[in-house]
Amino acid sequence: MNSFTDAALPATDSTATTKEAPDLDAQLAKFTGTVGNVRVDNAKMSMTGVDVHYGDAQAIHNVDLDLGKNEVMAMIGPSGCGKSTFLRCLNRMNDTIESCKVAGSLTLDGEDIYERNQDVVLLRARVGIVFQKPNPFPKSIYDNVAYGPRIHGLAASKSELDDIVEQSLKRASLWSEVADRLDNPGTGLSGGQQQRLCIARTIAVSPEVILMDEPCSALDPIATAKIEELIDELGKNYTIAIVTHSMQQAARVSDRTAYFHLGRLVEVGVTNDIFTNPTHQLTENYITGRFG
Amino acid sequence: MSETTEIVRASLAKRYARERRFRLLGLASVMASAAFLVLLLGNILTKAWPAFTTTYVKIDVPLTPEVLRLPDAPDSEAIASARYGRAVKQAMRDLFPDVSSRSEKRALYQTVSAQAEFTVKDAVIANPELIGTTHSLWVLADDDLDTYRKSKSLQAVPEEDRRFKDFQVTWLEELSAQNRIKTSFNWVFFERGDSREPELAGIRGALAGSFYTLIVTLALSFPIGVAAAIYLESFAPRNRLTDLIEVNINNLAAVPSIVFGLLGVAVFINFLHLPRSAPLVGGVVLSLMTLPTIIIASRAAIKSVPPSIADAALGLGASRMQAVMHHVLPLAMPGILTGTIIGMAQALGETAPLLMIGMVAFIVDVPTGITDPATVLPVQVYLWSDSPERAFTERTSAAIVVLLVFLILMNAFAVYLRKRFERSW
Ligand SMILES: Nc1ncnc2c1ncn2[C@@H]1O[C@H](COP(=O)(O)OP(=O)(O)OP(=O)(O)O)[C@@H](O)[C@H]1O
Ligand SMILES: [Mg+2]
Repeated sequence: MNSFTDAALPATDSTATTKEAPDLDAQLAKFTGTVGNVRVDNAKMSMTGVDVHYGDAQAIHNVDLDLGKNEVMAMIGPSGCGKSTFLRCLNRMNDTIESCKVAGSLTLDGEDIYERNQDVVLLRARVGIVFQKPNPFPKSIYDNVAYGPRIHGLAASKSELDDIVEQSLKRASLWSEVADRLDNPGTGLSGGQQQRLCIARTIAVSPEVILMDEPCSALDPIATAKIEELIDELGKNYTIAIVTHSMQQAARVSDRTAYFHLGRLVEVGVTNDIFTNPTHQLTENYITGRFG
Repeated sequence: MSETTEIVRASLAKRYARERRFRLLGLASVMASAAFLVLLLGNILTKAWPAFTTTYVKIDVPLTPEVLRLPDAPDSEAIASARYGRAVKQAMRDLFPDVSSRSEKRALYQTVSAQAEFTVKDAVIANPELIGTTHSLWVLADDDLDTYRKSKSLQAVPEEDRRFKDFQVTWLEELSAQNRIKTSFNWVFFERGDSREPELAGIRGALAGSFYTLIVTLALSFPIGVAAAIYLESFAPRNRLTDLIEVNINNLAAVPSIVFGLLGVAVFINFLHLPRSAPLVGGVVLSLMTLPTIIIASRAAIKSVPPSIADAALGLGASRMQAVMHHVLPLAMPGILTGTIIGMAQALGETAPLLMIGMVAFIVDVPTGITDPATVLPVQVYLWSDSPERAFTERTSAAIVVLLVFLILMNAFAVYLRKRFERSW
């Protein structure tokens, strides 16, 4: 048990790195397959045997997981364990990374999303993503939010588009801060505001599945609470996968929780069970703060 | 902790000294290049200065029907073909009735430019009522007179070493005394094409030639170059073939320009039979030269746009084309424009390949399209610098000044465009 605490410390001296290698092996030795039920009855997305390689390095090892309809799935795990990588597989954003190779079966409503004749444009309109790093377009706040509806032709008129922009910004609880300066550049906002702008931009398209990669990492508790409210509300009609480093957040917003470790899906379960009664030792170590 | 402080403090003086040395070095090189620039510009400007003014002579032209050899009640055709040259000669003889020898008379007639009779003609055609009167008119002086007047150093040269002889100098003095000489801005230089007569030689033809040539070059190399860069950066797979293409583009940028001229002769003139000396062919040849520059600069500009921007668009369901056109390209535009302007500036100053395709011909008419025979500014500079007349020497420098101004305007336009695009950040 003590060895994990050591590994968790940042490598301030060289001795720590040499100690780490056997620890990784020790941790992997404890992994024998995902604990808990990865499948649900009414799956929106269903992943089976997903392997992801960056060049020669494998980032995701044989992961099976379902995202249920109108379910909020939290993905937690130590930094570098592959949460973002897995999330980006779900709408094929990894296609943009040349060295990245995805194998396995991933389906949306029963259709394989990596199939040859799968239209990625349509897929990404259905499966939206909020990236880990806020990346607003260097355009006006209005244009940032309006871009998705514009390219998909979701608004018939200017007033309808105005409406979508306003609603999206309101739901991302950014409206009150930017209502009077919609023409200012989105890149001129603060880090947290940019994060909410990116959320507004994604939900403006009303995708069926929303992938959120640490959407609250730069937000204060009040803004965080508002985003969590938004996730709660969206979760009634949409499928949401959210990556977070905050246990409390995962516990508050999600229906189920998946714990990733070194590219493996260690444990999946109903959120309450995971946090009150984790089965796997790695999960327990992580959520009790002995690792990560 | 305190150990770090000690070590850092000990090294501080050295670090600052290095920085100071570097700053001095930078300042010195900036000063050196500035000095060269001032020297160059100063030299050209002082040489070019006289070419921007020219001398006019006032003559009283007797427009009687006898002199003009006009019938009674002439129609417009007769007026157009009247003998205005005789009238000018008569006017000169009237000014200096004492001149009698043949050679002196010829010199006298040549005090004014050959253009003078056309000036008279234009005046009469514009106002036929002048016929029968004696009309005072400012006409262009000959270049020998003009150069002599403007050049102090020429005035000090002994008579046998200059074209403008002493008896002509006395005429000049007399004309000045009668207030018949004036200096004014040299509009002729900006309104006319090339000419064998220096006082009538203008830059307009070469300017138009350069303009049309660059239009062709820009129209070809900008869209093709940017499209190629976008394709290579955003769509092409990374493999042997694209590597080969990349190497070739880089090589192309280093090919001596005269080779492109030879290619132009072989392909566009001998094979495709496009017109010789035309801005069309010149522009195509120059665009071969500027393409690599534009492609390389555009690729670098596209590469420097953060991939997260394209990701954001793709993540919303934009197609790759949309992500590039809506987001990447506008952000890359300042860099692309910089590259384009460098390429165009190279093209503007290029001479060798244009000599090969015949844009070195003596062309009087100002071209009005991309298929008219034309020459370009640097070739005009080259042609004039070869002429012995002193008046052409100053026009050579003046042409260089015009070339530089053209270049500065082009650059200013690019800077303006860049500012406009940069605002969208
Ligand atoms: N573009 C890439 N090229 C190569 N390797 C990558 C790339 N992106 C991620 N990786 C590697 O894949 C592994 C998983 O990375 P990932 O970004 O998915 O982690 P994460 O769980 O999201 O971590 P964090 O919580 O810090 O965001 C890491 O070891 C990382 O080094
Ligand atoms: Mg991540």
